[in-house]
Amino acid sequence: MTQFISLFTTAVRFGSVIMFGAMGEVLTEKSGQLNLGVPGIMYLGGICGLIGSFLYELHSPAPSGTVGMIIALVCALAASALGGLVYSFITISLRANQNVTGLTLTIFGSGIANFFGASLNKMAGGVGQISVALTSRAFRWTQPLTDGLGVVDKLLFNYGFMAYLAVALAILLSWVLNRTSVGLNLRAVGENPATADAAGINVTKYKYMATCIGAAISGLGGLYYVMDYINGTWANDGNIEALGWLAVALVIFATWKPARTIWGAYLFGALYWLYNFIPGLNRSSQEIFKMLPYIVTMIVLISVSLRHKREDQPPMSLGLPYFREER
Amino acid sequence: MSIKNEPLIRISKRDGMATWKSWAVRIIALLLSLIIDAIIIYAIAGLNPLSVYKSMFDGVFGTNRRMWAWIRDMMMLLCIGVGLAPAFKMRFWNIGAEGQILAGGIAAAACMIYLGSGAVPNWLLLIIMAAASLVAGAVWGMIPSIFKAKWNTNETLFTLMMNYIAIQFTSFFIPFWEHPAGSNTVGTINSANKMGWFPSLFGQMYGLNVLIVVVLTVAMFIYLKYSKHGYEIGVVGESENTARYAGINVKTVVVRSMTISGAICGLAGFLAVAGADHSISVNTSGGRGFIAIIVAWMAKFNTLVMILISALIVFLEKGAIAIASQFQLSNDVSDILTGVILFFILGSEFFINYKLKFSFEHREGSKK
Repeated sequence: MTQFISLFTTAVRFGSVIMFGAMGEVLTEKSGQLNLGVPGIMYLGGICGLIGSFLYELHSPAPSGTVGMIIALVCALAASALGGLVYSFITISLRANQNVTGLTLTIFGSGIANFFGASLNKMAGGVGQISVALTSRAFRWTQPLTDGLGVVDKLLFNYGFMAYLAVALAILLSWVLNRTSVGLNLRAVGENPATADAAGINVTKYKYMATCIGAAISGLGGLYYVMDYINGTWANDGNIEALGWLAVALVIFATWKPARTIWGAYLFGALYWLYNFIPGLNRSSQEIFKMLPYIVTMIVLISVSLRHKREDQPPMSLGLPYFREER
Repeated sequence: MSIKNEPLIRISKRDGMATWKSWAVRIIALLLSLIIDAIIIYAIAGLNPLSVYKSMFDGVFGTNRRMWAWIRDMMMLLCIGVGLAPAFKMRFWNIGAEGQILAGGIAAAACMIYLGSGAVPNWLLLIIMAAASLVAGAVWGMIPSIFKAKWNTNETLFTLMMNYIAIQFTSFFIPFWEHPAGSNTVGTINSANKMGWFPSLFGQMYGLNVLIVVVLTVAMFIYLKYSKHGYEIGVVGESENTARYAGINVKTVVVRSMTISGAICGLAGFLAVAGADHSISVNTSGGRGFIAIIVAWMAKFNTLVMILISALIVFLEKGAIAIASQFQLSNDVSDILTGVILFFILGSEFFINYKLKFSFEHREGSKK
């Protein structure tokens, strides 16, 4: 039982990181933009949230965790949306190739994050590890109302608020995409921009908005990782990049449906950490187990292409540029 | 249409730009990006950008040894770019070079370890290693292409997943090969007898790297430009329907080209293991598979142009690492600078392909 609780909670926390990343990318891809810069954007969100709260905790005479938290959120959202804006400008306005631009954004974002992660402390004149204990505690604060519920509390009510925010955002996004006219227009842009354009939808605006808002949401994944998953510290270990690619995989697994990223993310988390809970694995064989999320994604990818179910297909114009004058 | 509704900027496609002009645009973009980079350097470190660029230059070309390290890394990047060329010319998004490099690297390292006791002479061992890495890379590249050809499975995402399978396989093998025990790294393989290491050629340690990659680059240029296969790849890339109409077997072309692409990327893994690192780790590919995509794309799949671009990118990388160590910054500053430059060069293509017309200019021939 304790093993199960431990696997479950690990899966939820791990899953929340990639859920943010994947949800943002679903929104972006629904507009036909295949942004391979998700890892870079998650890096930007994570490091800028950390820098903001770090400078605040360092310079404020009496820092408060809540203020640090707000600063971290604002910085993360702004930085990742800015990353999305750079990508949008180059791919939408300057019509450069989406894949190549996305990869460049990943290189750029990881450069920024690892550079500041490694040198922030020195530049601020401090020593040792960067740590934003107060802000991180605010992120990890759990409400005390359900403490008496034992196992139920441990399984369901014992996470920082961003884990719940992820679920709420996924449901909200699902509603917007499927039940509102904005969502309908957005899907039209992603399926067939020429038709959407002819129907009077501002394709450029929709693509810009979807990409920037999507990037902001993806960036929250990086912030959650930094503040909650690794307790407000920083390590130049490339983990965020790996998680970012896993988020891209989750988009496929969820067949471009935000609601499906919820259980998909938790499943990925469980699969990823399963090796910890299987007895008799050595250092070598546990690596085979860590392949599971990727193998599952590949199977989904293949079966989606095999079954041709209309509602499971990627947006028709995904990855393709739209120039009005080119037919 | 009334003038009121006229947009401020109108964009039209150019018929084509003189070669010198298009290169001028790219060079202007490069200069602009260097200015932005200079501003970033100044903001981060408060250093005079000009002296920083100078020390960058010294850091790369200052000594013979540094220059050869530059050549070695440039050859590695070029090799991957050459490998990607057939796939990308076919508009097959092979994001999986990282995995193909690792697959080739694992195969090469395995041969090096299990046959490196002197059972076979070094030249034969090198040939076996090269063959093994070619096959491993080819298999890694072929798997996604078969699914693409048969069921039109999205290759961008499939090849991306294959990268992670390859990374996990690498981690899987490391404990078997680790040295010293418990370090969880493979360490330098055959450091005593140097079996499976590239011999020096023309008195240069990395002479063989240069020879292999230059031959590959020229061969791929000819293959893509003058062979029937190369022509077929071009047609499939332009339009699959046209290719089908012309009687080209699209499936065969896709699988064949991706197998070649994967094999060459696998060979790049061999270069990394036998010709540079003499070891294997999950960082053997080190993101170069992704950077090579940008190299291949910017060179428009022309392998000769790739020489220039990879030379530039590796120069930036090495130079940034040199300034980083000189001014005690983190090495990752190179990724920031490279990212900015790539953004600018990617964006500059727009000004080569399109013409801007402002509505306040007088409108002759606007009825086009």
